[in-house]
Amino acid sequence: MLQEIILAGFGGQGVMSMGQLLAYAGMEENKQVSWIPSYGPEMRGGTANCSVTLSDTPVSSPLIDEPDTLFVLNRPSLEKFEGNVKPGGLLLLNSSLVKVEPQRTDLRVLKLPVDNLAQEKFGNSRVANMILVGAFVAITGAVSLDSVVGALKKVLPEHRHKLIPLNRQALELGVELAQS
Amino acid sequence: MAKVLMKGNEALGEAAIRAGCRFFFGYPITPQSELPHYLAKRLPEIGGVFLQAESEVAAINMVYGAAGAGARVMTSSSSPGVSLKMEGISYIAGAELPCVIVNMQRGGPGLGSIQPGQSDYFQAVKGGGHGDYRLLVLAPASIQEMVDLMGLAFALADKYRNPVMILGDGTLGQMMEPVEFPEMIDPDKLPSKPWAARGAKGREPNIINSLYLNPLELEEHNLKLQAKYAQMAEEETRSESYYTDDAEIVLVGYGSSARVCKAAVDQARQQGIKAGLFRPITLFPFPKAEIQAACRQAKSVLTVEMSMGQLVEDVRYNLEFKVPVHFYGRAGGMVPTTRAVVSKITELVQEGGRSA
Repeated sequence: MLQEIILAGFGGQGVMSMGQLLAYAGMEENKQVSWIPSYGPEMRGGTANCSVTLSDTPVSSPLIDEPDTLFVLNRPSLEKFEGNVKPGGLLLLNSSLVKVEPQRTDLRVLKLPVDNLAQEKFGNSRVANMILVGAFVAITGAVSLDSVVGALKKVLPEHRHKLIPLNRQALELGVELAQS
Repeated sequence: MAKVLMKGNEALGEAAIRAGCRFFFGYPITPQSELPHYLAKRLPEIGGVFLQAESEVAAINMVYGAAGAGARVMTSSSSPGVSLKMEGISYIAGAELPCVIVNMQRGGPGLGSIQPGQSDYFQAVKGGGHGDYRLLVLAPASIQEMVDLMGLAFALADKYRNPVMILGDGTLGQMMEPVEFPEMIDPDKLPSKPWAARGAKGREPNIINSLYLNPLELEEHNLKLQAKYAQMAEEETRSESYYTDDAEIVLVGYGSSARVCKAAVDQARQQGIKAGLFRPITLFPFPKAEIQAACRQAKSVLTVEMSMGQLVEDVRYNLEFKVPVHFYGRAGGMVPTTRAVVSKITELVQEGGRSA
């Protein structure tokens, strides 16, 4: 199994944490993992992305040119990365913010209005990213939902551990939506 | 100890502590600031000293002082900051003191960019500061290797009484991988340093100095240093050879470029091309015998680096110009892509390895 993932969005949407969550979950399952952020003079509101590799064999390069899966949380990220996804790859799209259609016709695309869903279902738009992670887990099986939930303890600082049940619900919603 | 997922910069900080380092002097600069940030919290917890100096120049001279007193001491920076440290590094090498210097390279020259680079290779391996001195230069390519080499760096610094540089880059500093740390070394249980200046009661004073006004004495001192570098070349070369046994084309790269090369070798092999990778882990001393062995059957060699061609000069020199050595580099903070390296490999194999 080799799953190369790029996650991209505005700073503050949680793309870095989503990536770390997947990396931790992979590590819990004794997979070989790597996480690498874009870094630069960007801050909250700017664009940010990270690359995550989950693999059964040692990760040759943590830098990803052609991801198997692309998470897109805002429109600039779709424009920047859509062309790089492997043919037949997976595109997970936050349709609350991305109002344009993807150009590629050779991808598996799942559009979920996660900002709206998170607000409506949980009254907290900050768990929007978890709905997409849940969908990813359901579609690819690259890591198990249990591992992701377990990894929340590692990614969230201790004083935020009370939010784990909420994050779990958001993950489960993502699983449900991907399966329906 | 269980594996933890950690950023390269932070892992280096923890590894230094595990290696018995209790003194850090530095100044923040992207992309290595997580290292001082980590140590600012961690060193006081275990009775160590973290000091953010007023400049890189001050920091390296504090390292000079602590090393002279026999402490395990480290500083870290990124390219422009390391340039500022060069005078102090030359003094430390001249005074034969052990210390560890981390350079998480970024694009240059000048202030350059904050994105990863490898264009400080010459500065690291050829001297950098003034005078005939060398650093022992270690080039990790993964977070685990960064941790493993940190312990080695302090051990070699003490063994040779010479500064050791860990030459990384922004990619290695920023990325996270699972890592396992060694047991903590107790600095009080390390072998004593009878040459250190830490109070001369009841004995002749030890002098820490790099000034020799008598030219004959200074020449002798230089010859002694050269003998030390020759011993390093005998005993300390390290490298990794990946699929080189039957390789028609051997890629050469260090640090994060070597990771890209590894992915490119995997892809080329899938296409039926006999590609391999030679990765120097010590950049000084350069693993000469090892690269010659790895390239014995190669029709061509391709050096990949994030610079406009620095490592490639040592590759040609150490292969004694027997094999055509080609070059692919990106600069300014741009990172070579696997795809670009694979297409360069394909192009060279189609040419049949002729002409350099």
